[in-house]
Amino acid sequence: MSRWLFIVPVIAFIGLVAFLGIGLTKDPSALPSQLIDRPLPQFALPGIADTPGGGPGFASAALKGEPMLLNIFASWCAACPQEHPVLTRISGEGVPVYGLAWKDKPADTRGWLAKWGNPYKAVAADEAGRTAIDLGVTGVPETFVIDGRGRVRFKQVGPISVETWEGTIRPLMARLRAEA
Amino acid sequence: MRWLLLLWVLISAPVLAVLPGEMLKDPVLEARARVISQELRCVVCQNQSIDESDAPLAGDLRIVVREQLTLGRSDAEIMDYVVARYGNFVRLRPPVEPATWVLWLGPFVLLGGGGLALLSWQRRRSVPAEVAPLSEAELAEMAALSPEPPLER
Repeated sequence: MSRWLFIVPVIAFIGLVAFLGIGLTKDPSALPSQLIDRPLPQFALPGIADTPGGGPGFASAALKGEPMLLNIFASWCAACPQEHPVLTRISGEGVPVYGLAWKDKPADTRGWLAKWGNPYKAVAADEAGRTAIDLGVTGVPETFVIDGRGRVRFKQVGPISVETWEGTIRPLMARLRAEA
Repeated sequence: MRWLLLLWVLISAPVLAVLPGEMLKDPVLEARARVISQELRCVVCQNQSIDESDAPLAGDLRIVVREQLTLGRSDAEIMDYVVARYGNFVRLRPPVEPATWVLWLGPFVLLGGGGLALLSWQRRRSVPAEVAPLSEAELAEMAALSPEPPLER
């Protein structure tokens, strides 16, 4: 009977290895959003006026009615040009994509959009970065999926790849359209 | 020369990430801001507090903390303000809640379990094993095998 006690440390060790092993598969730099299933925080931001297609900016209240994307980007962001063709494709598929330029001078944002093209329905400038803090943004690019009632349903940290769009975000948005 | 270098190293040790323009005029509030900032993790560099980090987002959060202080918020309210946006991850001292029980209690459970195992193992070793006395048949067999009679029964 007491001979069986020798197996206890072995079981404990296997349990510990399993626990830590599962921990290793998780990316510690990807923080879960606090906003999931909650409405967007209130904001009203100026646009990057005098821009071709730049427009007057937008307020959080405008982001409802149908499922849409809110993309946080910046002209100084290294991964944003990589994501840009995917965003162009998404808006080409008829999904509204709103852009929030984070900690960026409007003139720089304008130049960036002129260089790469403007996939956004509207662009707002968060030069002070305060709205981004309310959104819990930790870096660029980040993208929020917003449902028809103006609630955040998903947050993508880092660029949206074609695989993420086709495998995760597009099916999610189809479900959101169906539930509205 | 070596002395001078040593002096430089000693003088330059407390370099602050907090920029002079960020600091509050009220020294009491500024001191509170420093304490709160040391409790908040920078979400960009993750193993520094926002008080130590040079990341632009850490600078923004330092300013947010100071703005909230000048609005008369308590330390706990300011912590809640930041946690509401970034989650408990930004607390460098995580709260005790079901999700962090393993973190807080795990070491004590391991220490206690290991201690108990050690105690029971030592106790078992210090008690000499009971040896059953020989039966009549065994004694007879032994007597038959020994050239001399057994010394003692």
